[in-house]
This record gives sequence, structure tokens and C-alpha cells, in this order.
Amino acid sequence: MTFAMVVNVSQIAQPFVDENFGWILNVVFYLFFIIFIFYGQRIQMYVMLKEVEGSLLRLKYIKEEGRKIAIETIKEIGKPSHDPSERVDRFLEYFALPPESMDPAGVVWKLEHILDVRDIRFKDEVKLMAPSASETQINNLENTLEAALALNYIYKVVRHFYILGKKTLSLYIIMQLQMILPLVMREAEAYASALKAFAYGQPIGDGVGALVAAKLMHGHEKRKIAKDCVVATVPLEGRTAYVIKAEGPGGNVGKPGEAMKTIIEENDGKISTIIIIDAALKLEGEKPGEVAEGIGVAIGGPGVEKFKVEESLLKHRIPINAVIIKEDVGDAVSPMRKEIFEAADEAIKRIKRVILEKTKEGDSLIIAGIGNTIGIGQ
Amino acid sequence: MELDNRKGERLAEKKSETAGTTETTARRISSFVIVVIFVTLALSLVALYFAVDIYQRNEVAAGYFFLIGFVGLALSSYMLLQMRKRVLKWRIKLPPIITIIECQKCGFKNIREFKRGDYVFKEMDACEKCNEPMMITGIYREIKEPKKKEEKF
Repeated sequence: MTFAMVVNVSQIAQPFVDENFGWILNVVFYLFFIIFIFYGQRIQMYVMLKEVEGSLLRLKYIKEEGRKIAIETIKEIGKPSHDPSERVDRFLEYFALPPESMDPAGVVWKLEHILDVRDIRFKDEVKLMAPSASETQINNLENTLEAALALNYIYKVVRHFYILGKKTLSLYIIMQLQMILPLVMREAEAYASALKAFAYGQPIGDGVGALVAAKLMHGHEKRKIAKDCVVATVPLEGRTAYVIKAEGPGGNVGKPGEAMKTIIEENDGKISTIIIIDAALKLEGEKPGEVAEGIGVAIGGPGVEKFKVEESLLKHRIPINAVIIKEDVGDAVSPMRKEIFEAADEAIKRIKRVILEKTKEGDSLIIAGIGNTIGIGQ
Repeated sequence: MELDNRKGERLAEKKSETAGTTETTARRISSFVIVVIFVTLALSLVALYFAVDIYQRNEVAAGYFFLIGFVGLALSSYMLLQMRKRVLKWRIKLPPIITIIECQKCGFKNIREFKRGDYVFKEMDACEKCNEPMMITGIYREIKEPKKKEEKF
């Protein structure tokens, strides 16, 4: 039936095809030409907007998934008497304003104070949301909520520029957004996988520094040295090593700078060297889990802890070494990869080599494992 | 805002969850787009039929119809493939997380899926072989990368 209809249409169209077809094609061609001359940029802009819209929808989906995971985990672990959804939604909108830096003297301490207040506020909120959670679970829940907060923020910023671009029809706003989107999406996806890791308390790639320290201090007596930080005195290659890490297995990074400063002061500055182990972002083409050595304070974050260590180093003229384990941004916040986990042993070998080469027998030194210690005990 | 109301409704989710593994699917393909793609496909086929039909009488017109038919066919197939690709991209898949429990005395290893509450250096039950307490010595995820051509750089 359909075939017969097509045959009929073909017969009807025959004279039309013969006489006018070339003329129509010419008109269509010129029309396309004119349209693309005047509206080419606008068409390009709409294509870009459509692309951004697709990514924005995906971001929205990831953000909502993050919120859902956070609420479910709070309900499961914290056993709250009321529905925590409203409190979670309020938490997702929290912000911390950086201090004024017009007069930069003392800005580090102001920033540290703001970060401390933020941390206390977050912990208090989580305790209210999840009254039955243990200290470790509170730390993990705080990390889960922070990942959900980050996703919410990324979504809102991208949505802001999308709507702004649509309102102003500015090619430059839309183009910049479209160009940066692949990197933004990578980060959002990394946070999405981090959510599950935080909710379950699984070790993440960023914790490889803490894992190295944990391996070194395991079986030795530990004591608390600074906020959320522990130290163990470990005999290593005939030297005395003060091994520092954040207190696990709950998710926190502690204050390693403060801890190192305290150890240096306890020893009256008689520290022959400091070795810092941390995860570092790899460049494309490098393999995850590659270990590299260098000089400098390998502590990320807002810079407060790095500043403290640098001040103490300068005061006592202590040499500083860094061992880094390379990984990409996705690996850093998602459950630890096998390659990164295995790199911890390679990093320990490097540390021992540095100790043998740079210190004498009987010396004291500091080894600090930096990073989020979620899922890693000591 | 407009986006929230209009497209938010289209999100359909399917979620299956096992310990440590999550697979989530979301689809957002408008039925209008699907109709447009299939109409383009049908018209392209009709154009190809016309081309064959009038080939003997008017070669030039047949050539144009062939061109239109093939371009339409290519476009609609490309859009259909892209649609499938988009559905695949929307899945957040995490590989399973492995926990290694090891006996410090005899070296007996037990590898199992991660359970909530596991952490590295956590003391576990006694070893099946020597009855000494076992310990979690590793928690990680294993990624099986697809075989790639050796890169030049």
C-alpha cells in the first residue's frame, strides 16, 4: 500500500522534477548562502548553547544524585528523628568569605581562623543532622556533604553563565563557557565518584601520602600532636623519624603544618631534614602512581599549613624534601586505584634512600604523609 | 530556571546498587527529536527511490535526488548513533572496591568486596590457618583499561 503511494507520488512529481528542479535548487542554495552570511554566528551560538545545555542537564543530574546520596547516608548512619533534607539543603548553600588582603600582613592567620570556624560550623551541623554517628562517621559525612556542596556550586556557576549568555546573547560568554566545559565536567564527575567513597569511608587517591605514613608508623606508639593529627616516633635506618599523618580512619586532613612546627620546636630546631609525601596532579601522558622526588613543601589546600612549615624551615634552616605520587584530578577524589595503592611501597623505598643519602646515623627527621586519611587507620 | 522546569521533568532514572558498585542511567531524548530523525530517514529513502525511478529519463535530476537521499540518510543515521552514545555517556559506573585481609603471621590472604566500616589497618577476625588476628592491609579499586594502541609520546 505504502509502496503504491510512493510510486504514485513519483509519477505526480515527474513533470515538476523535470522542469523546475534545477531552479528550486538554485534558490535554496542562494537562500542558504544569505542565511549563513547574516545568521552564521547566531547559528553557531545556538549550537554552543545547546551543547552547554546538555552538560548543564548532566551537572544537574549529578548534583541531585549527590544530594540524594548525602541524605540517604545521613538517614542510614545518623538515625535522625526528623527528615534531614531541609538541613542538607541549607548546608549546600553555605559559603565562607576569604579575609581582606589589601594589607596582606597577617592574612594567613585571618584565613586560618575563618577556615577553623568553617570547620567547626560544618562539624556542628553534621552532629545535629546525624546524632547517632560516631566521630569517624561524622568526619565521613562532613566530607560527603562537602562533595555535594562542591557539585551544587559547580552546577550553579555553570547555570549562571548559561543563563547570562542566553540573556545577553554574547558569543564571548557562551564561547568561554563551552570551551571550559570539558574540564568542569571532569571535575564534577570526579566529585560524583567521591561522594560514594566518602559515604562508605573508602580510601581516596588523595590519601596516598597518609597511607605511606600509616605504613611507616604502624605498630609504633602514637600520640596526638595537633588538631586531628598524630605522630609516632619510628626508628628508621638508624635515625629517629617523627612520622606525622592526619588521624584516621575518618575523613580529615588535619593540620600537618602545625604538627611539624610543634615537632621542630620540641626538638629545638635540631631536625636534620623533613620529607613530605603527597599526591600530586599528573600531566596528561604520565602514568598514575608514578613517584617523583623534589624539593619544597608539598602541601596543597588554602596555603595556611604550607606557610607555617615554611616559616619554621626558614627559622631553623632545615632542608626540605618532597616525594610525590602522581594521579589525575579524578583519581584524587575517587576510591584509590590499585596503581596508586601500590605506589605507596615505592614511595617508602624512595624515602629510605633520601634518609640514607641526606642524613647521618643518630639524626632526627620528620616524615609527613599529607592528604585525606579517609579509610586509612594508623 | 526555565531549564529546570522544562527539562527536569524529562529525567528518568534507573538505579541499581550493590555494595560499592553503582550504575545509574538517565535518558533525556525528546520524542520530537526522534520523530524528526525518523521523518528525515523516511524522506531520504523516498528521495533515493525517486532517484532510481527517474534515472533513465533525467540523469541530472536523479543525481540531485541521490545527493539529497544520501545526505539525509547520513545525517539521520549520525543523529541516531549520537543519541545512543549520549544514553551510554549518562551512566556513572564505579568499579568494585576490593578489600585485602591478611594474616600478619602466616601471610594468608583473603580478598573480598569492600564493606562499610572497612579501613586500612583494621583488625579483623582470627586467621583460618593459624588463628592469629588478621588485618586489612589494602583497599583499592582495580581498573581494567581497554587495550590501546601504543602511544607515540
